[in-house]
Amino acid sequence: MSRDRTPLVLGAILAAIIVAGLFLPPWLLFILTIGIARGLVALGLMLLLRAGLVSFGQALYYCIGAYTAGALGIRLGVSDLLLLMLAGAAVAALTAWVLGFLLARYRGIFFGLLSLALSMILYGLIVKNEALGSTDGLNVLRSTLFGVRPSEGWLRYVVVVTATAAAVIAALLVHRYLSTPLGRLAPAIKDNEIRVEYMGASARHAIHVKYVIAAALAGLGGALAATTVGHIDPEMAYWTTSGEFIFITILAGTGNVIAPFLGAMIFGAIHTVAYDLSPNTWQMSLGAALLALIVFLPDGVWSLFTRRKAA
Amino acid sequence: MGTILDARGLHKSFGAVTAASDINVAIQQDSVVGLIGTNGAGKTTFINMITGYLVPDRGHIHYEGRDITGLAPRDITRLGICRSFQIPQLYASLTAFENMMVGIGVVLRNAGLGGFLSRGRPLVPGHDLPAEDAAERILDRFGLAQYRDKNAQVLPGGVRKLLDIALTMVAKPKILLLDEPTSGVSAEEKFAIMEMIMKAVRAEGATVLFVEHDMEVVSRFAERVLAFYDGRIIADAPPDVALNDPEVKRFVVGGELHRIDEVQAKRHA
Repeated sequence: MSRDRTPLVLGAILAAIIVAGLFLPPWLLFILTIGIARGLVALGLMLLLRAGLVSFGQALYYCIGAYTAGALGIRLGVSDLLLLMLAGAAVAALTAWVLGFLLARYRGIFFGLLSLALSMILYGLIVKNEALGSTDGLNVLRSTLFGVRPSEGWLRYVVVVTATAAAVIAALLVHRYLSTPLGRLAPAIKDNEIRVEYMGASARHAIHVKYVIAAALAGLGGALAATTVGHIDPEMAYWTTSGEFIFITILAGTGNVIAPFLGAMIFGAIHTVAYDLSPNTWQMSLGAALLALIVFLPDGVWSLFTRRKAA
Repeated sequence: MGTILDARGLHKSFGAVTAASDINVAIQQDSVVGLIGTNGAGKTTFINMITGYLVPDRGHIHYEGRDITGLAPRDITRLGICRSFQIPQLYASLTAFENMMVGIGVVLRNAGLGGFLSRGRPLVPGHDLPAEDAAERILDRFGLAQYRDKNAQVLPGGVRKLLDIALTMVAKPKILLLDEPTSGVSAEEKFAIMEMIMKAVRAEGATVLFVEHDMEVVSRFAERVLAFYDGRIIADAPPDVALNDPEVKRFVVGGELHRIDEVQAKRHA
């Protein structure tokens, strides 16, 4: 059995960001942070995708995380980055735990469309709600960390390092989860749910757990994005946002917990370059990239790193 | 030998079709029971009721003195009643070894082992080996070691059948229900496969109920035969007695011939 190098690689990435972050321009640190936020959402989607489920509404939890962070700042004056991220994850997870009783009963297109419907309900609620800023959204307090407010020049660096550390911890936890019996059940659920039940396991319970974990990760990402951008709006729950997360997850592949973050960075790069080249038709470039990917790398970018196993 | 499974007054109908009608059976521990009958006679319905896939309209099933009627398949599996399938139910995209590991993972999890915080390699309950070794041993017992790293979907029919049965052994069943273990297997291989299955089962120790259409296989491996016809059990005896029973000869063993006779009679008429 080959040695598990994932924790080592994750540690190296954290070290690289800590060092390189000192030399990178703030705009790049900003893009990196947003990439990490999106990668966290995609990490959760990967968990579901491994079990054969595609959530077309993961932006629901991204938005819940973001608005939790925003509301805590505005109502209670909380601006601590870590605290806001944890709160975003907790509220998202709690919501998913409740909704999971319904969603874990569905598979395939029904699961996908139901999750999409729920995210659009949240979108509708926020748009109609003046207290939540309606379509204008809300501004989020500037981040602090452990009671310290970093100066303007250091803010982006502090945020990207904190975000990377949080993402590395999340990725390690998910990596560990994937090696547990419940985590390993995912491909089995995808293949043959009847057999899973006749082996004495509950597929519905396993999916419910994965759904809650995925939501917590999305909430974490949402809160991070909110504090990084400094502004939240209902677009965060809109279906196109969910679509971007699915794009990243498919782009990345389900091979490893690092893949979603790599996917998110590539997505960010394509997005930035495409927007720069043609601001009015950047979606077309994005579409072309996805098309090329499906044709040439059907198992995602991560499949470049793994040698094909002979069947 | 005590009674391990006791079915009393089982009744099940699907609309106008009666699939089980007043089934009364007590199964002794460590016995090997053959279930025979033509298609639609009620064998699989009987198995489906025991394993919780179907809930009987009337009647009760007691297992080790406990009423298990109406429990979900996974709960019944956890209690020690496992089944194989007529059409193998495998995890097609996983290798034979990975298939076993999924099953062992479930066993570990149900025993509260191998969780998120646990360290080291816990021993699989019933096998007293670490997960990987337990998987290897079962594969070995079923002659599947050479297919260890092959994906389930590319395995030949007979091997898929064996893997399906090997998967049921993971949970260390006390009762094993085999639904047509030799269907789709060539006539020459039938005995060899049954021989291997029975040897492996004896090594693990389990009560066996198997559905079979080949009467030679039944008479050789079953200690007791339950003959089903029209949702009822029309004979319950050792194979030499049951297979010579006039009703069994007419409705089960000679079932196919009987039908051909009828067709020919109609043609002549």
